[in-house]
Amino acid sequence: MTVETAAGDTPPEPELVQLLTPEGQRVPSEHYDPLIADITGDDVRSMYRDLVLGRRVDSEAVALQRQGELGLWASLLGQEAAQVGSARALRPQDHVFPTYREHAVALCRGVDPVKLLALFRGVDQGSWDAVETHFHLYTIVIGAQTLHATGYAMGIQRDGAIGTGDPDRDAAVIAYFGDGATSQGDVNEAFIWASVTNAPVVFFCQNNQWAISEPLERQTRVPLYRRAAGFGFPGVRVDGNDVLACLAVTREALQRARDGEGPTLVEAFTYRMGAHTTTDDPTRYRLNAELEHWKLKDPIERVKAFMVRGDLADQAFFDGVEEEADELAVHLRAACRALPDPTPTSIFDHVYVEPTPDLVAQRESMTAHLDSFEEEAAR
Amino acid sequence: MTDQPTGVQKLNIIKAINAGLRRSMENDAKVLVMGEDVGKLGGVFRVTDGLQKDFGEDRVIDTPLAESGIIGTAVGLALRGYRPVCEIQFDGFVFPGYDQIVSQVAKMHFRSGGRLRLPIVIRIPYGGSIGAVEHHSESPEATFAHIPGLKVVTCSNPLDAYWMIQQAIRLDDPVVFFEPKRRYYEKAEVDLDGEPDLPLESARVALPGTDATVAAYGPMVKTCLDAAAAAADDGRSLEVIDLRSLSPLDLRAVYDSVRRTGRLVMVHEAHRTLGVGAEVAARVTEQCFYSLEAPVQRVTGYDTPYPPARVEEEYLPDLDRVLDAVDRTFAY
Repeated sequence: MTVETAAGDTPPEPELVQLLTPEGQRVPSEHYDPLIADITGDDVRSMYRDLVLGRRVDSEAVALQRQGELGLWASLLGQEAAQVGSARALRPQDHVFPTYREHAVALCRGVDPVKLLALFRGVDQGSWDAVETHFHLYTIVIGAQTLHATGYAMGIQRDGAIGTGDPDRDAAVIAYFGDGATSQGDVNEAFIWASVTNAPVVFFCQNNQWAISEPLERQTRVPLYRRAAGFGFPGVRVDGNDVLACLAVTREALQRARDGEGPTLVEAFTYRMGAHTTTDDPTRYRLNAELEHWKLKDPIERVKAFMVRGDLADQAFFDGVEEEADELAVHLRAACRALPDPTPTSIFDHVYVEPTPDLVAQRESMTAHLDSFEEEAAR
Repeated sequence: MTDQPTGVQKLNIIKAINAGLRRSMENDAKVLVMGEDVGKLGGVFRVTDGLQKDFGEDRVIDTPLAESGIIGTAVGLALRGYRPVCEIQFDGFVFPGYDQIVSQVAKMHFRSGGRLRLPIVIRIPYGGSIGAVEHHSESPEATFAHIPGLKVVTCSNPLDAYWMIQQAIRLDDPVVFFEPKRRYYEKAEVDLDGEPDLPLESARVALPGTDATVAAYGPMVKTCLDAAAAAADDGRSLEVIDLRSLSPLDLRAVYDSVRRTGRLVMVHEAHRTLGVGAEVAARVTEQCFYSLEAPVQRVTGYDTPYPPARVEEEYLPDLDRVLDAVDRTFAY
């Protein structure tokens, strides 16, 4: 599709940064190759492992939801490369503001996947340490976290933690969001804020083509990455199913931010191969042929092909990763089922830093009510 | 180096809040002020006058014109360890930021299991009687007091304004801080070097009395004190209670008073239905049922949108409506 701009000119089709073809062939790039020149065979194998484990967490969670162990799950199927590639570009001090679908980013940040399951099981609303992992809690209101990310980045500026050249000090923020979120006021406000304050934030949009049932053309008339120009910062579109390209592009954007050069919009062009969540039925609104087309661009298969071509791994390695994934799955199933329900009165614990007199009274009232059943049963 | 005033000074509410902000910023380098026009202009009411000159543009931030952005970026700053004080320019402009306040600010501590704190203060000049156009005279406090996780307070005089803003900033919970804009220019003596005589979340007996209790907050406290003075001329003694904190609601002083007087009139500018007065009436009925000589009377704005300025004085509670309600409590 060509898009007419307001001025009537037809801009060229956007270039997609791609370093690995779907067939696993390495595409040379004068600009991006230096950004991943340090990546060794070990690094590729490690990224492959993250991709496979990320997908396995996801498929196990979907199965657990089907078995009634989770209330809901938002599948990342198809978006593993966008998530692992961008997450592997982060330094420990960089801070992440995810949506509710960044399970592979969470893994890369050291968040225990059982804690992701706990949230979707209804045990809590996010029990990982967001300060320690530098991975904020999931945000469900679409796009709201982009403002939090921008504010956090303004804090980094005020802490003098950009532009010092110290790789252990200079920090950046990455905000994840989807194509649907680009229609939200908060996302547009975040773009404005980041632009006028030159905040060290990377806006990482996973354009997975669908916002539940609404295709991209319900959200935009221009390629999303090009919106950045209107806000006054660079935008780049990357093959979101190419883990190396996502790594290179995000590394560049994060370093710009850490160097004090301001925000970047990255549009990772990918595809939501599963349903929006476990309650969704994509057969009602999209053709199976589209899914089949994207399956040929699978983010994991192309890395595997690349590794086989380049002799970066043998069958024993692939078998080992599968075995590890199987063990993780067994662990997740058992750990999920073993998660204890919260005690009812715990709902009063953290409404405020100190409980108010009203909440103390309401807790006592709930306790008395619940105890009355036990007394009745004991009679 | 700032020109922090000291000693006992006669200040209006604007200058008192300004002095409180100034002191908070001097005491804690993490305190930031942010909002539309708060920098060079000093805010449309000049509450932040001179702060940017003294504390710099990094700490007194002129923001883009977007309320959701003000609150949303304050969340991020707070997560990074800062203590933002956000100014919403007028009551009716808070709603573009309402989602961030209700869905993010109010819930963060709860949903994180207490791991994440958001010490954010959201200042909102509120209320009517200033002859303004639409969206500049509203009283949306109940829509915030209804939300668990937020604290909602309001000052009625310069002394409280000076201390309450500092107490709100020190608190680790998010606070919505309502400022009675029609009373901004009321003056009183404030000892800038003393200590606050009350915790933030407590009511104050503004005027002791014996015959009936009148409870109010923010701009209506003065209206009720004027009504009490008029009632005194007629030989009737009204006890006036300034609630100050709407969430949590501290009604101990009200219960104590109603148990003595048996009569309560609740006054606010905000609409009547499901307003703060409804909650007060319910609680007083629960706690003081056998002391009540009459049903709790409410004197409030009507359940209409805020009207054009030329009829706002008929919309707003005034001295006569308060005294009429007091009379009604004696008619039972």
